[in-house]
Amino acid sequence: MAFRYRAEPRVALTFVGDGSTSSGAFHETLNMAALWKAPFVLVVENNQYAYSTPLSQQTANPDFAARAAAYGMPGVRIDGNDVLLVHETVSEAIARAREGGGPTLIEAETMRMLGHAIHDGAEYVPAELLAHWEARDPVTTHRARLLESGAATEEQLASIDAQAKDRIARAVKTAEAAPMPDPTQLEHGVYA
Amino acid sequence: MSENFGFSEATIPEGRILTYLEAIAEAIAHEMERDSNVLVLGEDVAGSFGGAFKVTRGLEGRFGPNRVMNTPIAELGFTGMATGMALMGLRPIIEMQFADFISSAFDSIVQFAATTHYRWGGAVPWVIRAPSDGGIRSGPFHSQNPEAWFVHTPGLKVVAPSNPADAKGLLAAAVRDDNPVVYFEAKPLYRSITGYVPEGDHVVEIGTAQVVRDGRHLTIITYGSQVHQAQEAATALALDGIETLILDLRTLKPLDVDAIIESATATGKVIVVHAANRLAGVGAEVAALIAEMAFEYLDGPVVRIGAADTPVPFSPPLEDAHRPNAAKIEAAARKLVAF
Repeated sequence: MAFRYRAEPRVALTFVGDGSTSSGAFHETLNMAALWKAPFVLVVENNQYAYSTPLSQQTANPDFAARAAAYGMPGVRIDGNDVLLVHETVSEAIARAREGGGPTLIEAETMRMLGHAIHDGAEYVPAELLAHWEARDPVTTHRARLLESGAATEEQLASIDAQAKDRIARAVKTAEAAPMPDPTQLEHGVYA
Repeated sequence: MSENFGFSEATIPEGRILTYLEAIAEAIAHEMERDSNVLVLGEDVAGSFGGAFKVTRGLEGRFGPNRVMNTPIAELGFTGMATGMALMGLRPIIEMQFADFISSAFDSIVQFAATTHYRWGGAVPWVIRAPSDGGIRSGPFHSQNPEAWFVHTPGLKVVAPSNPADAKGLLAAAVRDDNPVVYFEAKPLYRSITGYVPEGDHVVEIGTAQVVRDGRHLTIITYGSQVHQAQEAATALALDGIETLILDLRTLKPLDVDAIIESATATGKVIVVHAANRLAGVGAEVAALIAEMAFEYLDGPVVRIGAADTPVPFSPPLEDAHRPNAAKIEAAARKLVAF
């Protein structure tokens, strides 16, 4: 809304999970975003579980994209594991928002392959469901697509993998080498 | 009642005696005039209607619909929206139609706006105007004083002016502050209290209390509507030679600890008064500070007067029993002075 206030051609992109769609904030936000044609794109990553609670125990209507119609805004449900489709859909929504066409709700269907957090073994997720989504892993399928189309070679992809792993390793090393905060700084930054 | 706060009648410029409500309205318009990042949003604030109490009447005509926005009834949503706008450099003034409705926006205020700067350095310079307080037969949903919730929340500032000059000066300070500020305006004072208000720029520094009456026998520490009840009690006590020092806190977070301790040690007998619930209210913190820091100066127990631990009753005799007033303050003062 600050972009709209200052008439700037900028767009806010927000990601939420399927779990958040049941909250009052979800409803209030989309209602106001559509009302004021906010330059806003909401991506609902529907990964089937809110912590341990499956979609079937969250809502009688798991078609989240359909909720957009209730607010008077476009909504679209896509395969969230299709990298090119996600790129295309989000680009379209951003362009529309930038031109004053208002917000879009994009529901990207996907799967949470690990637990809610590191402590969570996610034993509550059926093995067959994980196997179903394992076969649709976007890293694997998009890699195959890049190779098939000739957009990239095995060597290039291996190099990107190595660079990414190296970058993460360096970030971890930097963080671990950094000093811990001084306890006397406890109250620093409470206020701007 | 007219209180001119140190300005004699003769030196007050023409037209500068304003009501508490007019002073708030003047501060909003002045801040919008001086900074195009300042905007107003809330329920029913726009157009000729201008808010449930008419504080924002005329603003949309003057500053346009982009800067004076009617919102749907969605306190959580529009407070979250204002937080986003503030993070992007705007300075929204949110009108919470009644302070009672602020609980609907609680998550947005205490989880997000209040903690943002500590978490990752993002400043949230919004102001929530919260029309609070009762005594006007408005019942349980339109009478509350929920300031203690926000005083208890790290990262917020909380102010509660008692007179027109402070109403203007504290609102100006709140708008210019880079932190989220909850501004409690006492509804019963809107049109009942008038006073001199400086023209143009007038800023009252957040975190500064003010002695509004000097005395040597007893100290009353209070804020908001109860400043006036304390004054009435002090006037009655003065007839019997009891001189009361009244400290108007003005800011509830951060508290002006030095002024509290100084005013407590000046008389050694302290009553803390607020219209909010007594139990775990701001007065409990003030009393504890005095017990910790001025114990050896005390000549009696620190007395707290606040509302009873009940919802705000609609029935007039019950509401009167629920709230503090001048008579209750006077009775407590006589008892403490005799201690």
